[in-house]
Amino acid sequence: MKFTSQKIAYHFFALAMLLLVLQIIYGFIMGFAHMGFDVLHDYIPFNAASATHKNLLVVWILSGFMGAAYFIIPDESDRELWSVPLAKLQFWSFAIVGVIAVAGFHVGWWEGRKFLEIPRPLDYLVAGNVILFLVIILMTLLKGKQQTTTSWVLTMGLVFAALLYLPGMIYFDNLSVDSFFRWWVVHLWVEGVWELIMGGILAYLLIKLTGVDREVIEKWLYVVVGLTFLSGILGTGHHYYYTGGPSYWLMIGGIFSALEPLAFLAMTVFAVQMYRKGNKKHPNKLALYWTMSTAIVSFLGAGLLGLAHTLPGVNLYTHGTLVTAMHGHLAFWGAYASLVLAIISYSMPLMTGRNIFDNRIGHLAFWCANIGMIAMTAAFAAAGVAQVYLERIAGYDFMTVANEVKPHFFVLILAATLFTTGIVLFIINFTKFGKPTDEALQSEEQFEALKTA
Amino acid sequence: MLSKKQAKIFFLGGTILFMLIFVGISVHSLMVGIPENTNASEITDQVRLGKQLWDHNNCMGCHTIMGEGAYYAPELTRVYSRRGETYIQAVLTAPEGWGFRGRKMVKYNFTENEVAGLVAFLKWMDKTNLNGFPAPPSMPPPLQPVN
Repeated sequence: MKFTSQKIAYHFFALAMLLLVLQIIYGFIMGFAHMGFDVLHDYIPFNAASATHKNLLVVWILSGFMGAAYFIIPDESDRELWSVPLAKLQFWSFAIVGVIAVAGFHVGWWEGRKFLEIPRPLDYLVAGNVILFLVIILMTLLKGKQQTTTSWVLTMGLVFAALLYLPGMIYFDNLSVDSFFRWWVVHLWVEGVWELIMGGILAYLLIKLTGVDREVIEKWLYVVVGLTFLSGILGTGHHYYYTGGPSYWLMIGGIFSALEPLAFLAMTVFAVQMYRKGNKKHPNKLALYWTMSTAIVSFLGAGLLGLAHTLPGVNLYTHGTLVTAMHGHLAFWGAYASLVLAIISYSMPLMTGRNIFDNRIGHLAFWCANIGMIAMTAAFAAAGVAQVYLERIAGYDFMTVANEVKPHFFVLILAATLFTTGIVLFIINFTKFGKPTDEALQSEEQFEALKTA
Repeated sequence: MLSKKQAKIFFLGGTILFMLIFVGISVHSLMVGIPENTNASEITDQVRLGKQLWDHNNCMGCHTIMGEGAYYAPELTRVYSRRGETYIQAVLTAPEGWGFRGRKMVKYNFTENEVAGLVAFLKWMDKTNLNGFPAPPSMPPPLQPVN
């Protein structure tokens, strides 16, 4: 690493790992409940497990993004972080708000709004925390010796993610209007501004790992994020088909959602082409694996599996079934979870000076987690498609169908066990790095010579 | 060949254009389309109470409504016409918490007024126009053996 202040990223990455483990535990609770073993019902009913599982996902990924920004922005701006004490304050307040939110879900302190269950009083604390984070990042960027496209794309993604949180804080009596604005947050995050963050981090990793010229990578970065917004903004319409919106959303949402995979495909082609053009000399193979898998699996999960049920005629039957869970799991895994694991794999050796680049545990973690998640997606797909045919097309009662699809949840749990093994191995590698140290300063210089002319 | 500047214009221009279109259509939806489809004028105080209870108890954490939520308990968009008022009241007031074929619902201690609110909310939901959702089953019932 170039600057000692980049070490703050470690705290966010460690928190992300801890929350990921908790998220997986709650996933198992839900999986077993679907199989009929809802043994924790009196202590952690399904709605508490569900809110916790989803919000932990959001919080650990945001923690990963914040860590990534604290590592990348000083490097790209060529200066120390604007204020390390404030960054530490931001970290601890972020962690405390996260813990209060999760604890609150267990005593019914929440709002029944999927992905945005955090109650409004806490929303204000979240907003304050994020403003502090953005001030630190923006001051670093603006006072920096240079302002790169990569750092601007990443920062703008973070700024707009914060702004888009606001419509989710307004209360509406009409459930349909409530849902309308909830998607302004959730959809425009994951299929909009989070992709800016993703594009920024991915571009940074590709510049560093492939050695391809920054100008080439950043030019294509603009094209990729341009395609994202071109399709993603009006693609929000696929959430308005059957939630009280006017019927014109069927056409608008249908057309632009069908274009959404193109943005993810562009991301895949972008990463693969840069890898092919690159010199392949960087020794951090694990970071490269996670970077490439992000680009490829995000296309499969978010792009293709999204397309599989996004057209109005299909969605009429799949909407509100386990088919959505199928798409959601691989999409979040490919696009955002893998991305955080990629930046962790890249930055940890530079922060600690320990060159764990290519070890057996790291590769095993990569393959177990990816194969496990793909198998989980297949289990959700089997359960979801069965549910669609039995409940929506043949007209059987919900619980009759829920009992019929139980075996798929057994497969899901087996697959999730493989996935968890991968994550545990990743965390073992993470702990092997130890803590960041100033001795690792300038450790990156050894790779400067690897850049392609 | 595309230059970096052209790529930047494509990104900024496209984003601003599509954002403006999106906001314009959203305004129409919020002002005209959604109020019509959801009979917004029929949202009474009882419906509001039901909506608040729906949020406060995170019903969406198990059920789906308008196809949104978790997938652990039944879709409730049309539950009012599917099950009727008495059944819904029985579910909400089950003394040990509703349990149906092995799947348990949280035990709630709703007052009579709160039950009426939730029923009013589900009754309002029942009448919304959701562009054909949920679709009626398209398959004919299975053949029965001839006696």
